[in-house]
Amino acid sequence: MHDAHASRSGETPVPLTASAVLVNKVGLHARPSVKLTQCAKGFSARIELALAADGPWTDAKSPVKVMRVKAPQGATLHFRVTGPDSKAALAAVLALVHDGFGEA
Amino acid sequence: MNSSNSGNVGIVIVSHSPKIAEGAADMVRQMVGSAVPLAWTGGDIDGGLGTNVAGILEAIETAWSPAGVAVLVDLGGAETNSEMAVEMLPEDRRARVVVCNAPVVEGAVIAATESSGGSPLAAVKRSAEEFYA
Repeated sequence: MHDAHASRSGETPVPLTASAVLVNKVGLHARPSVKLTQCAKGFSARIELALAADGPWTDAKSPVKVMRVKAPQGATLHFRVTGPDSKAALAAVLALVHDGFGEA
Repeated sequence: MNSSNSGNVGIVIVSHSPKIAEGAADMVRQMVGSAVPLAWTGGDIDGGLGTNVAGILEAIETAWSPAGVAVLVDLGGAETNSEMAVEMLPEDRRARVVVCNAPVVEGAVIAATESSGGSPLAAVKRSAEEFYA
């Protein structure tokens, strides 16, 4: 009980991971990249994304790097999140991807 | 010209063509939103292609933020006139205005994205310049 509590405080030692399929038509192009990085910047957690579960990982807070991933529609986006607010951060970026970044 | 009240770093777009400057500003507003002070200027004083120091100074004034202003420029004269405009600013403001070494359209969108997250001037400049990294 006490041990479990201790590991919850501060930095999450093991990164949280999850994946979601890009549903919006244009994939992770300019506008969605901007929305994703704006969302990611709202959290102190380190947020990274990749097209495969084993990387290579890209800083989700860098709009230039996120655009360079060039993830197309139908691609699976993997997220790896580390930090105190990692749970909320992961939920927020996943929701954005599921919603197609508010686009069709 | 348009602006927005906030403590975020301001963005100024300087192009030889007022249409490019205005179009880039439209992209920033649509893609990034209105949380960033923004202004654009383009054309010489006779309305032709070019840039002018007075117009750039006015744009910096419009987009002014206590966090500073990042200026995105296109070719040659846009850069030298922007640097001249910065030199003409009051001393306390001069250190808070930077001209970015980045493509004008992409750099403006990226700089504004960085600014909208509350990043300081140095981070805004660095992010815009990642395009040439």
